[in-house]
Amino acid sequence: MSDGIIRKSFVIPANDFTIAGEASSSVKKMLIQLGADPQKVKKTAISMYEAELNAVIHANGGVAEVEIDRHKVFIRIKDEGPGIPDLELAMQEGYTTAPDSIREMGFGAGMGLPNMKRYADKLEITTEVGKGTVVEITVFLTDNEKEDH
Amino acid sequence: MSPYFHSVTLDEAKCKGCTNCIKRCPTEAIRVRKSKARIINERCIDCGECIRVCPYHAKKAITDPVSIIDDYKYKVAIPAPTLYGQLKSAQSRDHILTALKMCGFDDVFEVARAAEIITNETKKILEEQKFQKPLISSACPAVVRLIQVRFPNLIDNILKLKSPMEVAAKIAKDEITRDKKIRQEDIGVFFITPCAAKVTSIKAPLDKEKSFVDGAISISDIYLKVLSSLGKIDKVEKLSRAGFVGVRWANSGGESTALGTDKFLAVDGIHNVIAILEEIEDEKLEDIDFVEALACQGGCLGGPLTVENMYVAKTVIKKFIDEAKETGFETASNENYHYDIAWTGKVEYRPIMKLDKDFDIAMKKLETLHLINNGLPGLDCGACGAPSCRSLAEDIVRGNANETDCIFKLREKVRSLAIQMMELEAKMPPVLDKDETSEIKSKKRGDI
Ligand SMILES: Nc1ncnc2c1ncn2[C@@H]1O[C@H](COP(=O)(O)OP(=O)(O)OP(=O)(O)O)[C@@H](O)[C@H]1O
Ligand code: SF4
Ligand code: SF4
Ligand SMILES: [Mg+2]
Repeated sequence: MSDGIIRKSFVIPANDFTIAGEASSSVKKMLIQLGADPQKVKKTAISMYEAELNAVIHANGGVAEVEIDRHKVFIRIKDEGPGIPDLELAMQEGYTTAPDSIREMGFGAGMGLPNMKRYADKLEITTEVGKGTVVEITVFLTDNEKEDH
Repeated sequence: MSPYFHSVTLDEAKCKGCTNCIKRCPTEAIRVRKSKARIINERCIDCGECIRVCPYHAKKAITDPVSIIDDYKYKVAIPAPTLYGQLKSAQSRDHILTALKMCGFDDVFEVARAAEIITNETKKILEEQKFQKPLISSACPAVVRLIQVRFPNLIDNILKLKSPMEVAAKIAKDEITRDKKIRQEDIGVFFITPCAAKVTSIKAPLDKEKSFVDGAISISDIYLKVLSSLGKIDKVEKLSRAGFVGVRWANSGGESTALGTDKFLAVDGIHNVIAILEEIEDEKLEDIDFVEALACQGGCLGGPLTVENMYVAKTVIKKFIDEAKETGFETASNENYHYDIAWTGKVEYRPIMKLDKDFDIAMKKLETLHLINNGLPGLDCGACGAPSCRSLAEDIVRGNANETDCIFKLREKVRSLAIQMMELEAKMPPVLDKDETSEIKSKKRGDI
């Protein structure tokens, strides 16, 4: 951490709902131990959880890379899944391609991406059909860091 | 700020230093040091989990002895409805209340009755729909403390109404002063408690106001007295004033079923409560207006200071609930009580897990914590006295433990020391070198 950044990476296993969310909950724990503002911890936990779950459900798992410094949490979730053909459509509330089997388990409300948008201070998604998706989430830990758009 | 008070403590003589309690504690508040469990005070939420799980009964709660009532001229008992579930031989609630009064009290006032007032007030809040959803019951002080240390984002969801116990004490004092012209300071009101958490809420109220209750006597301490009085009753007094709604509060789900909404969720058992609070914090719980969360499995009937098995108690109390239903008595929702039952103080976040006040130092500590944790075996065996390898790593960075507290690390270290010794042993100075080959060498040398 000589450069003032904590880096961690996690493997997100495919199709395993029982341990889905482990990466985001350990990031949550880290932020709490760092004494981050509870509201920021919540924003991070929810947005990362949604991205993590999407990788599990829609993309056969992937990896999460997390960087924490004094001012922000940066999360990159990468998968080599099918990609998202129409990102704008996918971002809409209620849009989902989750099959019934998954909807029966209480997932697939089509709220994951909208929630990420809502809770992340910055959200960048790069996706390519047949290659995979990269979701980058930034949550600022100090208020004055928030960028003006 | 006043020092942090909590009422669960250790009986040193009985503690064997096993690892049962450290594993169960929901806030990782217990460590074993020198063969004795130690509670990290600021972390304890008084859930009573360690009292229940200790095979040697070494965990207890600080409650007041029955003799405390002698300090007051006029003595009033306010029993938690849970008491009724403990007495299967009692014919009616009035029998129980009469027997309780015979234990040295001048009066008894049912907490169940005050519970109904809270129910009515909660209904109003729910109808107005002006609250942060879901509203979380504040009936269980252990849960409120849990929220304070682990779920700061949910502090605003807590139902900020005084507890039935406080309201009962206030009404009892006011009525007695009014009707009997006794000064408030001469009246001692004693809660007959099923748990440590309630004791704490009297001695150190959550909203930092002074409690109206003057002492807490545990159900288990007064149980035998009540039982023996039950057999000596001449005339049963009509002391019950609560309807079934109030009595039912002793059960998990009792508080919420009375609210007239289906949008509630009742959860009991501290570890289940944590799971639900996590769902709420992460906004995964939808369409719920009210959450009743009780630290004890089965609700207060499963309280750590009760005597009857929780399932038996459920059956017993059902009898009294049915009895109350038959008499049809119910607190009218429009009844006039001119008590301010809203919390006045503030409940604050207590970040007990934070590694350091300074973010940069906390970062360094967290990094070290991860490094140490990676080097630990990950067995969570508890032999070091910490509940898990990770918490040992945390204790080490906080300066409260050493890496060699881990028996595996210790063995590694002993082995490497042994190897070093062997190596040193092999490097004997020539004058002391007695091994054969060198002897031969020297002989040869001597031959020359
Ligand atoms: N990593 C991904 N790889 C491939 N497709 C994805 C990925 N993430 C999202 N999608 C697509 O975008 C849609 C919308 O995603 P979103 O997270 O908003 O909803 P959902 O995952 O279907 O349901 P919910 O998140 O509410 O459980 C998904 O149904 C899926 O088709
Ligand atoms: S009462 Fe609960 S929080 Fe306190 S030490 Fe025991 S188990 Fe831990
Ligand atoms: S559930 Fe009831 S008995 Fe148990 S700790 Fe909470 S208030 Fe006390
Ligand atoms: Mg999703």
